[in-house]
Amino acid sequence: MPVPHTAFAPEATTNHALRAYLHGLPGVDEVGARARAQDLSTRSIKTTAKAKAIDLAISMVDLTTLEGADTPGKVRSLCAKAALPDPADRTVPHVGAVCVYPDMVATAVEALRGTGIGVASVATAFPSGRAPLEVKLADTRQAVADGASEIDMVIDRGAFLSGDYLKVHEEIVAVKEACGEAHLKVILETGELVTYDNVRRASHLAMRAGGDFIKTSTGKVAPAATPPVTLIMLEAVRDHFAATGRRIGVKPAGGIRTTKDAVRNLVLVNETAGPDWLTPDLFRIGASSLLNDLLMQRTRLSTGTYPGPDYYTQD
Amino acid sequence: MAERRENKKKGAAKAGAKAEAAGTAAGAGAVPARLAVRKTYKLYLGGAFPRSESGRSYPVASADGTHLANASLASRKDARDAVGAARKAFGGWSGRTAYNRGQILYRVAEVMEGRREQFAARLVDARGLSRAEADRTVSTAVDRWVYYAGWTDKFAQVLGGANPVSGPFYNHSAPEPTGVVAVFAPQDAPLLGLTSVIAPVIATGNTAVVVTSEKAPLAAIDLAEVLATSDLPGGVVNLLTGKAAEIGPHLASHADVNALDLTGAGTSAVEFEKAAADTLTRVLRPGPEAEGGEDAWFDADPGTSRMTPFLETKTVWHPVGV
Repeated sequence: MPVPHTAFAPEATTNHALRAYLHGLPGVDEVGARARAQDLSTRSIKTTAKAKAIDLAISMVDLTTLEGADTPGKVRSLCAKAALPDPADRTVPHVGAVCVYPDMVATAVEALRGTGIGVASVATAFPSGRAPLEVKLADTRQAVADGASEIDMVIDRGAFLSGDYLKVHEEIVAVKEACGEAHLKVILETGELVTYDNVRRASHLAMRAGGDFIKTSTGKVAPAATPPVTLIMLEAVRDHFAATGRRIGVKPAGGIRTTKDAVRNLVLVNETAGPDWLTPDLFRIGASSLLNDLLMQRTRLSTGTYPGPDYYTQD
Repeated sequence: MAERRENKKKGAAKAGAKAEAAGTAAGAGAVPARLAVRKTYKLYLGGAFPRSESGRSYPVASADGTHLANASLASRKDARDAVGAARKAFGGWSGRTAYNRGQILYRVAEVMEGRREQFAARLVDARGLSRAEADRTVSTAVDRWVYYAGWTDKFAQVLGGANPVSGPFYNHSAPEPTGVVAVFAPQDAPLLGLTSVIAPVIATGNTAVVVTSEKAPLAAIDLAEVLATSDLPGGVVNLLTGKAAEIGPHLASHADVNALDLTGAGTSAVEFEKAAADTLTRVLRPGPEAEGGEDAWFDADPGTSRMTPFLETKTVWHPVGV
């Protein structure tokens, strides 16, 4: 058997070829990645630049509610907030999308009709991903049929960690097919991947398999979207674009709660993948409490006084 | 001590005389002077002692103009962080039993009593008081903590209770803490005045962001050390040393501040009250004691007048017989 070329994604989809490709990727300099992320987090973004960053961040938020206690009422009020984040200020842009469980998709689609905001649905036995493939595909098809324009799937971390890259790959391909027109975001759950090398490998695997977005986490596992992990995934989409000319989006999710965190993420995007990625089509932030902090900072900039959390809706 | 210094001098003189003869003898008998351990006065914020976010400090002088130390000059961002810390602490502090709050306030008095010397010396420096006056002031300040410790589980009975109503209802009123209170401590009463404005605010379950006296802030940081070691949860009291005129506008207009005590706000008080009106913040205007020194705060029974402005009355109607 010839030794596969490891610099580019393999033509043949076999476990052997995938393994050679993924393990042939350059290793991540862990200390370097941390230092780079730390260094970029010290950028000072103030006044007008900050105002623009806040509006951009708001338009990138995937406003999320993924709780067992979600009710149709809660989803509807979240949708109202997505369309008009600050009722006192109509210049605030609407968010990127609303992210819900599959059974809430129909409710969210109904509530968002006419607003131009998409509904993202987690699927494939989120958050663990521990279900037979048929169940995962049925989950996905149902969400798409109910009107979801984006599907957030989870990879099979068990298969990935045991080296069965083919299984992970085939699942992503199958889910992508089930998505039809809907965009596919692939959740790597980096908190369970143990090493930064694995984050890089999983990113490339997901992109090769056809994911439109790679997403850090489900938000159910800590650590979630840490800056070094986001950095490594942004490097992966940059390299993928250089090799194939196809732009893949990145979505950090979980643990991004403050405006400062959000702006730091935008700096990471700009400095790693480049300004082309500074659009809601290629960068999203999965969050729930972040939106209120962005709104408060926005009010602070426009009025000069500190706002309080009592002035914003909780859900 | 004096004797040792004497010996040192003699030794040095002798050594000087023989220095020509024996080069090393000079160092042998001399005791090196001990380096002073100078204290860095920092803010008290969320239970920790950070420097000002701005990195600034300002010189603090005694009543006769001698330089005492540098104190942190708090910025608006320190004030913002302090409000955040106070808000975070509010749920836990207001949720404690009144009895437990009383225990903790009494504990403050206990710990303060053990550091009488330090506080008295501080007052002699800062205000030019005689030692006897300083002692009396410290005693009154300690007693004030005990006074408000006693009120913690009694103000609800005094200020609330059952209301007679014409109808088949039980009707009860109970006072509840307002929330985060921004306190401008009196400028000329750095210890007793400071204690007299903080204790009533936290006794009822509020949390406080305190702007201390600008020219005499050191006693406040000493008090912070007492608070930090008295089981008072971090963030219940946050002390900012600096200029009320600089930090004040940001605290007054802050939407997450529920009430203002303008005692030490001086000429800015009216401006702050106006800024506070936009967010319906409760305001306690400066009283006659605001301009006085520690003497103005000696009243042994201050009553409830400093607690009631920072309470909200909740009234509950309940049908009889259900």
